[in-house]
Amino acid sequence: MTDNALPTAKTTTAKTTTAKTTTAKSTTKKAATKRTPVKKAATAKVATAKVDGAQLVKFYRDMVLIRRFEERAARAYTEALIGGYCHLNLGEEAAVVGLMGALRDTDYLFTNYREHGYAIMRGIDPNRTMAELYGRVDGVSKGWGGSMHMFDMSHRLLGGYGIVGGQLPLATGAALAIQYRGLDEVVMCTMGDGTANIGAFHESLNIAALWGLPVVFVVINNGLGMGTTVAKASAEPEIYKRASAYAMAAERVDGLDPLAVLDAAQRAVASARAGKPFLLEVLSERLRGHSVVDPAKYRSAEEVAHLAQFDPVPNLAARLVKERILTAAEVHKIDEEQAARADAADAFAQASAQPDVSTLFDYNYATPVANDSRRLPGEALFATVARPTAEVTR
Amino acid sequence: MTMKTYRQALHDTLRAEMLRDENVFLMGEEIGVFEGSYKITAGLLAEFGEKRVKDTPIAEEGFTGAAIGAAMLGLRPVVEIMTINFSLLALDQIVNHAAKIYGMFGGQAKVPLVIRTPGGGGQQLGATHSQNIELYYAFVPGMKVVAPSTPADAKALLLAAIRDDDPVLFLENLALYNTKGEVPDEDRPAEIGRAKIAREGHDLTLIGYSRMAYIAKNVAETLAESEGLDIEVIDLMSLRPLDRETIINSVKKTHAAVVLEDDWLTYGIGAEIAATISDGAFDYLDAPVRRVAMAEVPMPYSKVLESAAMPTNDDVVSAIFQTLEAVGRRLKKVGQSHD
Ligand SMILES: Cc1ncc(C[n+]2csc(CCOP(=O)(O)OP(=O)(O)O)c2C)c(N)n1
Ligand SMILES: [Mg+2]
Repeated sequence: MTDNALPTAKTTTAKTTTAKTTTAKSTTKKAATKRTPVKKAATAKVATAKVDGAQLVKFYRDMVLIRRFEERAARAYTEALIGGYCHLNLGEEAAVVGLMGALRDTDYLFTNYREHGYAIMRGIDPNRTMAELYGRVDGVSKGWGGSMHMFDMSHRLLGGYGIVGGQLPLATGAALAIQYRGLDEVVMCTMGDGTANIGAFHESLNIAALWGLPVVFVVINNGLGMGTTVAKASAEPEIYKRASAYAMAAERVDGLDPLAVLDAAQRAVASARAGKPFLLEVLSERLRGHSVVDPAKYRSAEEVAHLAQFDPVPNLAARLVKERILTAAEVHKIDEEQAARADAADAFAQASAQPDVSTLFDYNYATPVANDSRRLPGEALFATVARPTAEVTR
Repeated sequence: MTMKTYRQALHDTLRAEMLRDENVFLMGEEIGVFEGSYKITAGLLAEFGEKRVKDTPIAEEGFTGAAIGAAMLGLRPVVEIMTINFSLLALDQIVNHAAKIYGMFGGQAKVPLVIRTPGGGGQQLGATHSQNIELYYAFVPGMKVVAPSTPADAKALLLAAIRDDDPVLFLENLALYNTKGEVPDEDRPAEIGRAKIAREGHDLTLIGYSRMAYIAKNVAETLAESEGLDIEVIDLMSLRPLDRETIINSVKKTHAAVVLEDDWLTYGIGAEIAATISDGAFDYLDAPVRRVAMAEVPMPYSKVLESAAMPTNDDVVSAIFQTLEAVGRRLKKVGQSHD
């Protein structure tokens, strides 16, 4: 392994490092100071460890669904059918499916604004996910949240959050509620690499470790926070090592390999369920700009040219065929089916109704309150009332 | 004079001030390699290098606080906070430290800091990204808050803010970045704490700042043409200190006022202005002071709901007409464009 290479998933997963051993037995040298994505060979190696054909096929289906959904969303955004900001999971599909595969239906997820894939993998209908992007009544957040703010209590997706780091204290508190009630549930809280530098990261991890809360913090390290590389933003670019400051168990995994991610996430979740919060760093790739509108000019042509090679979706397709788990025709069929699924979601979203203006004040307060302001912008506070003449001449 | 956008005026002024004074440096997220989320700092990293144009981690509290500390030692940091929404993460450092240090230590240390940040709304960014919360800073003694609405004022106020020895929150606006206007080539810093009569008139005083001053001017021009109305427009320019004198004098002349704001109604800047008029021009008023502001809800993402929650030109026109009706003035076409 060169100095620049990221750890193979195998070496990483082999060792669940606790805080004490993290620094001592780091599985990498200078991994994250650069953005050389995980070597392909590394991905292949993990496979031999544990090939579960059915699981891989399921992952492939899910990853393709996310891929086609995001591409459909990007198109609708470019056509101005979707507004606001639109951040996609393109390149992170393997990380998303692996992480979500480790959660039980009764576990909770808090995430950030790059969450369409997570919503779908939590079991939320892609139709409703797309309808949210369109701001329609059938959207997961009824059109109130948009791309960055998806929420569905019944699927235990407790929010995409648009403020960097906003979800960390909330996830910690949800874990506190679980502990308080003596339940067997776990909270997973995902964030980006750049988010590890916000103050809430320190405060939340410390509290979680101190109180032994059932929460897994996951850093999706896609190498960039907007245009800033990890090396330019993090004094310790191997982000999982920061857990040692909180005596928290931590691990780093190859996020381009869904099986490796699942494996690591299962250990992390089991640890949290046993009252030991965990920091999992997932090395991933962002194939496009920060959001749909970002042309990502700050990336070199060379870097961009190399990206395709680390695209987890075609890589998994190739692997399925190579290992004779699926034929090329079967792979193609999955691709077609999922493209149709994304198109159907788009059609559903377009057909869904716009919220009615009369509902603007429906969610002002959970407990109705006297004198609640329900005024449209042009409305006067009071109708002009002339003072009775008798009083005026008093 | 040179014709340029608000964005270009900010860029050029930052650059000129960096050339003039080597204590001036820039700090913020994505201002260097990315060239600024709204491209205000484009090219400055290449020209001045990493020492003068510092890309920061996502750490609003950390880097804003660091700028305050650097300012205490005499540097003149100009911090960019990507949007005013994220300034909430730095609120403690700004309110408890930047605004307090000069007074709390008996005038021994100055904090010559500028925080540039855009407000916005109307771009479907949802509840956390569509707020106009400059009021939080205007509320705090020790802070100065300025809010230009034209490229020329952007230059004049930015010059003033950078050369000022106190912490200044410099409010920009997403919707104004691409607007154009003539900008003087020479350095003429504005006087912080002064409003401007942007248009003279006798029929009614229309008051706004930032994007709402821009809208006020447009509405006044439109109504001059369509209704023959002669509306006076005050561009506040400075929210703290507030130029109460200019407001009062105008209302003494026009006898009626409408205040426009891009934030929520209750406890807003408009409330402060209405109170000022009540105190200083009570006897001159012929109608209640009207305020046009955002609906008081966390901003929904849906375009339909967002549009309903934001003040429009029609809302402004209708408030003006209703105020003039209350005054008893007959209008040519009252109500036509708004019912
Ligand atoms: C407090 C705050 N500061 C700044 C932003 C603007 N912003 C949105 S996403 C982002 C980059 C986050 O990078 P990372 O955590 O790596 O996540 P990624 O986008 O790569 O998934 C920034 C700076 C914000 N939303 N909130
Ligand atoms: Mg990132």
